[in-house]
Amino acid sequence: MSTPDPSKSMRTPLGRVRNLGASHSGTSDFWRQRMTAVAMVLLMVPAIVIVMMLLGRNQAGAAQVLGSAPIAIIMLLFIVASTWHMKIGMQVVIEDYVHSEMVKLACVMANNFFCIAVALASIYAILKLSSGV
Amino acid sequence: MALSIIHRATGMALYVGTLLLAWWLIAAATGPTAYANVQAFTSSFIGRLIVFGYTWALMHHLLSGIRHFVWDLGYGFKANEREALTWGAAIGGISLTVLLWIIAYVIGGGR
Repeated sequence: MSTPDPSKSMRTPLGRVRNLGASHSGTSDFWRQRMTAVAMVLLMVPAIVIVMMLLGRNQAGAAQVLGSAPIAIIMLLFIVASTWHMKIGMQVVIEDYVHSEMVKLACVMANNFFCIAVALASIYAILKLSSGV
Repeated sequence: MALSIIHRATGMALYVGTLLLAWWLIAAATGPTAYANVQAFTSSFIGRLIVFGYTWALMHHLLSGIRHFVWDLGYGFKANEREALTWGAAIGGISLTVLLWIIAYVIGGGR
């Protein structure tokens, strides 16, 4: 984000930072971190039940369970909530401990790549199981 | 308080642990051989230890996270309340983990 030279700006220091905070992008990550956390609190019991249902089953049995509509939908919701949540959480940790700007950018980017890759790989697997291919 | 950093540490562990979850889902979507590989890993000593650790990290992070919700809502800031929430999350996390594994062994017969 471009930051105008404060000495040439007519905006007050308070006006520049109001509603933005230290991240320069407001509180959207704070809010999404909590929203995805609430989602997972709600999804935790169904997710545990699904894992318990799969214990001791072979691939055919597991595929049948994971391919049923309600279970696939719960899994998809859980995958989206968890990968989003962990993306924000890891970014917070990176921003806390990595102080070199270039290394920080690289870490944040790698974090995004990892989380998106895990999310899409898992979603692909669920959709494949659901379509019966 | 030490639990704050444990919340982070369990979060990081769960982050890496999603690889196992993704591997398991992809294997289920791939075929019997791939799925048997996952099962061979998760029933090995190291694999079982990792899944047990993952269960604990998840349960601890869940309860410790609920503790943060209490604080977000503006409650539980007195010294004794903070202690109670922290010990509740620590003991609750271990208890839930053991409980889940007992249920898992009863249902799955150790598989």
